[in-house]
Amino acid sequence: MRRARSFVALLLLCLIGLIAFAKEAQPIAEDAALEQRLQHLSKDLRCLVCQNETLADSRADLAEDLRREIREQMKAGKSDKEIIDFLTARYGQFILYKPRVTPATYLLWFGPFVLLLAGLAILFYYIKQRRDLIADQPLTNEERRRAEDMLRAGSRKETA
Amino acid sequence: MLRYLIPLGLFLVLVAFLAIGLTRDPHEVPSPLINKAAPTFRLPQLRDPSKTFSAEDVRGKVWVLNVWASWCVSCRDEHPLLVEYAKTGAVPIYGLNWKDKRDDALAWLDDLGDPYVASFSDLDGRVAIDYGVYGAPETYVIDQSGVIRYKQIGPVTPDVWESKFLPLVQQLNREGAAK
Repeated sequence: MRRARSFVALLLLCLIGLIAFAKEAQPIAEDAALEQRLQHLSKDLRCLVCQNETLADSRADLAEDLRREIREQMKAGKSDKEIIDFLTARYGQFILYKPRVTPATYLLWFGPFVLLLAGLAILFYYIKQRRDLIADQPLTNEERRRAEDMLRAGSRKETA
Repeated sequence: MLRYLIPLGLFLVLVAFLAIGLTRDPHEVPSPLINKAAPTFRLPQLRDPSKTFSAEDVRGKVWVLNVWASWCVSCRDEHPLLVEYAKTGAVPIYGLNWKDKRDDALAWLDDLGDPYVASFSDLDGRVAIDYGVYGAPETYVIDQSGVIRYKQIGPVTPDVWESKFLPLVQQLNREGAAK
């Protein structure tokens, strides 16, 4: 009986937790399409307060303000590009998770490919040099005789 | 020899990059608003909300705009310095009270002193967004023609005040007098 009572108490406690959680949830937006657009756009934007979080995920005060700003601009009929221009004019390119291709970001965008090409070039050069080295040095008679001895010894072991 | 020198060279390059990285604050985002016109606004004043303040009201003067709030911890560090600098009269300091409760803000000024010629309330943070504010305190130097010339992210320190603010204000005042 006591166990049953404590079980009920525990259950009630869990329910209280649920109620508290339900209160925190966001109210359902009146315009689902707009909310989806906001979600989509703010996924590519950085929250400047917690810089490794997107504007969509962040609960920072500023992120909420910026989402409100974006929502209002969307309602006013602004395009995604116009909204992004609005934000970059104020917060700079840093707010974009995907920086634009400009001279300042060339190194960022193309650097890895340049490194890859450089690596491939070094690899080819190295292989070619080794191949030339090998081709340029034919075996001397002495080396040939030793190699044949080794091969013969190897094949004898296999058959044995 | 070369096979040891190349990795060592690469390692030193890496160390140099990391060492430079250590000296930089990743939280400091350069503002694109430097050398652009300060966004216009009109906000109710903190002490008397029936009066408003606009950036146009101080056109023709070099002024400093300090973004502060009573909930902001670093502002508390910075505040005594601002009070002290305001007394020197080097440059008028105006306060943008960012997303604060009016009573809290007034109590803060009464407790800690009021360095501001005027403070104005940005209750919903809209003006702050226009100024690219992302964390208080932030401080702007705005010139006679209403152009932002400098932005300090984080608290103003004695070092920053001596090395950045004062020389810039003096230079702007000289330029203004020459015109």
